[in-house]
Amino acid sequence: MSATSPFRRAGLVGPALLVVLILVGVPLGIMAWVSLLGRGSTIGVDWQSAPSFANYTKLIWEEDFDGTLLFNPTYLSILWRSVWQAAATTVICVTLGLPVALWMSSLTRGARDVAILLITIPFWTNLLVRNYAWLIILREDGVVSQTANAIWPFGPVQLLYNDTAILIGLVYSFLPFMILPIYAGFEKFDWRLLEAAYDLGANRRRALMRVIIPLAMPGIIAGAMLVFIPSLGSFVTAAILGGGKSMMMGNLIQLQFGQSRNWPFGATISVVLLALMMLVLMGIAIWKNRQEAKR
Amino acid sequence: MTTTPSAITVQSVSKSFGRGDAAVRVLQDVSVEIGAREFFTLLGPSGCGKTTLLRLIAGFEDLDSGAILIEGARIDHLAPFQRPVNTVFQSYALFPHLTVAQNVAFALEMQNLSAAEVRRRAGEALEMVRMGAFASRKPSELSGGQQQRVALARALAPRPKVLLLDEPLSALDLKLRKEMQIELKQLQTEAGITFVFVTHDQEEALTLSDRIAVMQGGRILQLDTPRAIYERPAHRFVADFIGEINLLDGQVSGPGKVRLDCGAEIAAPADQAAGARVTVAIRPERASLAQGGALPAEVTHAAYLGTATILQLRLANGAPFLLRAATANLPEIGAHVTLSLPPEALQVFAA
Repeated sequence: MSATSPFRRAGLVGPALLVVLILVGVPLGIMAWVSLLGRGSTIGVDWQSAPSFANYTKLIWEEDFDGTLLFNPTYLSILWRSVWQAAATTVICVTLGLPVALWMSSLTRGARDVAILLITIPFWTNLLVRNYAWLIILREDGVVSQTANAIWPFGPVQLLYNDTAILIGLVYSFLPFMILPIYAGFEKFDWRLLEAAYDLGANRRRALMRVIIPLAMPGIIAGAMLVFIPSLGSFVTAAILGGGKSMMMGNLIQLQFGQSRNWPFGATISVVLLALMMLVLMGIAIWKNRQEAKR
Repeated sequence: MTTTPSAITVQSVSKSFGRGDAAVRVLQDVSVEIGAREFFTLLGPSGCGKTTLLRLIAGFEDLDSGAILIEGARIDHLAPFQRPVNTVFQSYALFPHLTVAQNVAFALEMQNLSAAEVRRRAGEALEMVRMGAFASRKPSELSGGQQQRVALARALAPRPKVLLLDEPLSALDLKLRKEMQIELKQLQTEAGITFVFVTHDQEEALTLSDRIAVMQGGRILQLDTPRAIYERPAHRFVADFIGEINLLDGQVSGPGKVRLDCGAEIAAPADQAAGARVTVAIRPERASLAQGGALPAEVTHAAYLGTATILQLRLANGAPFLLRAATANLPEIGAHVTLSLPPEALQVFAA
């Protein structure tokens, strides 16, 4: 029964809404508008051009000399690679992160703090620097490559400048974002539930599948969002470890705004990327609602 | 009970927590035989080792030494999920993400029974605790007593040979606890299985149990029927822990005679040599007010209970004495009275 008057409420919420509107809404609007415009000759965008969906068709079809539209898979393949890489990164991060989070929550208080510190230490260094470090680790005369080539009997192993390199880099960069939310969930976990599962005849695997994973699901979903969304838009890792050969959407956008000076097309890809993320978030929200409804 | 094989045999079990100098011995060479279909209670104050013994039987802890057998077969090397026992946890430990029916079905599904069989037996177990109407609820939507019932149904559904109960009623309020005590006893008779019940509540133990093991400091001090434990406690600790009792310190002054520290000399079945320090124990209901009694005292307080009155008395040396007296002809507060202590109601422990 708050006695807050509508004016007072507007006064309290207003500034925050205004900041969001100016700093998020307006730029997004500009981006969406630019995506409909044509390419400029001097600066990246021709503000005078008539808005059209030409940039969006360009994503899929290529205009031939005689004006017929030909299917062009270049951009779609980059988009597909981005989604695939982000999904693979998320799956690998869950697979690696869940056991680590589980193990961390079984540690003593002090050891837990050390583990959290160790996991957050990479954040102290710039992402760019860390990716260059991977460049040194994975390059042809590097330790890993030499070891891999010594063991692997089927010809030389190429670790750098391909999708695998990007995947390694992405998993490395985003793993902490998976571990921490899952761990936060386990911190409140009632371990007697695990004892109860054992007591009722569940072996380790079934206790994991039937009790631990279902109860860790909120953390896993939070972690998956924190990993999938930034991986989808990432470009540093692909630029450095992909060597420009393997491109992701982030690189494509950067290229359009940079060298290509084609802001409208960059904006178009950005809008598509944003729409993809929105779809994923909405999918998760719907799935969550359904889970709640089942309860 | 001698002809049926023991449901559980615990053979000189020891258990310590921690390592080296910091090690705490929680159980020291404990042996006990629990009969089939027996309601067996482990009773003691917190830290006496009763819960550890239960967890060893369930398989949540590993033995340091000794053996645990169920119906003659060793189980102490088996994982918890391989043992024919189920546990009702103090906190119930119901799975919050599953419905009541799914919780009860859990163990049955682990046995890979057919879906129809799982549904039928889970339904039966829920009916047994009268929770059938709540099958589709989540545990968080149930009251404490209802959660307790579901926990019982879940543990009974797989038809274990032994049901282990870890202070299952301690989270309930008094009235509900009394109701659940009766239900628990009925359930045990119906299900016809062995119950091993852990509690620190001596009244609960006396009400429910066929036999009680009173534990302290990792040992079983006395193992007997509730009546024997109440009437003939074997240790001063047991006497003090079970029910209300007056403990009077004194010294053996001759054959069958003890001079109490308050100055009175009473007849008591003391077999210690003259001069030995002893404690004489008597239940409040076994002493009586009597003219010319051996023990003089002053009435300090009276608590009317309806069926009786509890008189608080003070002895000559200031020691308190509780007396359960009939409500008729009560002395005034401050009155000087004498008490009669029948020798057969007295127990003498070496101090």
